[in-house]
Amino acid sequence: MSYSNKVIDHYENPRNVGSLDKSDADVGTGLVGAPACGDVMKLQIKVNEQGVIEDAKFKTFGCGSAIASSSLVTEWVKGRTVEEALAIKNTDVAQELNLPPVKIHCSVLAEDAIKAAIADYQKKRGLAPTVKADTVKGDRQALVSKGVLKAGL
Amino acid sequence: MKIPIYMDYQATTPVDPRVLDSMLPYFREEFGNAASKSHAFGWRAEEAVEAGRAEVGKLIGASAKEIVFTSGASESDNLAVKGAAHFYQDKGRHLITCKTEHKAVLDSMHHLEREGFEVTVLPVGKDGRVDPGDVAKAIRPDTTLVSIMHANNEMGVVHPIEEIGKITREKGVAFHCDAVQGVGKIPFDVDKLNVDLASISAHKMYGPKGVGALYVRRKPRVRLIAEMDGGGHERGFRSGTLNVPGIVGMGRACELARLEMGEEAARVHALREKLRRGIQGRLDQVIVNGSLEHRLPGNLNLSFAYVEGEALMMAVKDVAVSSGSACTSASLEPSYVLKAMGVGDDLAHSSIRFGLGRFTTEEEVDYVIELFAAKVKKLREMSPLYEMVKEGVDLAEVEWANPH
Repeated sequence: MSYSNKVIDHYENPRNVGSLDKSDADVGTGLVGAPACGDVMKLQIKVNEQGVIEDAKFKTFGCGSAIASSSLVTEWVKGRTVEEALAIKNTDVAQELNLPPVKIHCSVLAEDAIKAAIADYQKKRGLAPTVKADTVKGDRQALVSKGVLKAGL
Repeated sequence: MKIPIYMDYQATTPVDPRVLDSMLPYFREEFGNAASKSHAFGWRAEEAVEAGRAEVGKLIGASAKEIVFTSGASESDNLAVKGAAHFYQDKGRHLITCKTEHKAVLDSMHHLEREGFEVTVLPVGKDGRVDPGDVAKAIRPDTTLVSIMHANNEMGVVHPIEEIGKITREKGVAFHCDAVQGVGKIPFDVDKLNVDLASISAHKMYGPKGVGALYVRRKPRVRLIAEMDGGGHERGFRSGTLNVPGIVGMGRACELARLEMGEEAARVHALREKLRRGIQGRLDQVIVNGSLEHRLPGNLNLSFAYVEGEALMMAVKDVAVSSGSACTSASLEPSYVLKAMGVGDDLAHSSIRFGLGRFTTEEEVDYVIELFAAKVKKLREMSPLYEMVKEGVDLAEVEWANPH
């Protein structure tokens, strides 16, 4: 696969790899994708009192463009409000990284991860969800409620 | 040590310098057409072709007359499968093969299905091998051909060809074997194995690309309908001017393989085992795909759980390997071979094929062990799956949402 320099840069120097404390009430966690499909993204955001995302971390199982897409969105969501973060579209990610057509799904997954993390945060805080939870397929809370994921994870 | 390191010997091999030296005169002064019967240029070319033919035969225990030169193993597979099916179609229209065959065999079979032939595609076990009992059970009165490969190209697993050959011989069914990966690496004798048709490729055993052969048994005689029409070269089996330098090179490559196979197999096997032990000793959750016992000495196929194959290949770009990951294929489907063996999609995405061979050094193996250990560790630190497993989550229990 021939990747753009931006993908290679994010792959080789991924930004914001790691985990935030998932039990923290200010932290929202999104876990999207499936191992059988070859990509799983975990995106976590930490939101302050003003509704601004002040920190973001990711971990990704996937190809180079999946890693680059998730690395890029952690950079993009930082400093944005929740509403602003929800405006990030997969096409923006695909364009910024110049993803080849067969890798567009990686950018879709990155957008889903943002939505899932925000939905998780809003649920935790008892806020009205901006995006309906059932539109976020990899919603962590749904996995927890089904008992397949431990609540603390 | 030269970077990048080549560890993809199942894809192709470098031409041995001794092979190249044998070929060069046939590009220059000895440029004749082997079919020119009227002058010395043609005679000398024909002589060289016949010497090559004898060497190819010797390597697999066949006579020179049983060797048909082709452009490579894909053509040999097509000629064997379609040629035999078409010749014997009045006797029956049922064919048998297995799920992990090379596409040249599987797609030839599919082609015949569209013509009205019936094809039984046998499964393989977890070890990647066909059960000879399954072959025996699948043979019907109208079965005319069984095609099972010698060694698999992805995981190097060697099928029980001798047992299958006994069955096909007993039942009077022609037996084709795609022997591309094994010939020249481990012993392959057409009489001992009761193989009737065998496909061979030069570039998998340190010969040039663009030349291969099909072994066609004379006693008991196996017959084919030719695919290529034309001047009736190769006793009518394959028309087309012979690739004289290629055939000379293939002959020399077969000769070298015959003379050096024992020593080389032992050396390559030792390196392969060093690589396997080195990697498995440094990393947990590294799974060998396919039988280790029935395997080519120079092949290792590993799944690095919780790490995606393409991402890993990007991290080890100094090493030329290949992956069963979907992300390395245009179709976004993970390897059908690993799938057929019951390897889950997740581990298929994590698989890497290492191919070692004649020019692999111990220094290279040492380097690759350390490089993979470091890069897999780094990618696992980045992997949400590895984190979940470390926290005690059973990934098989998680209902993953399919995002696609």
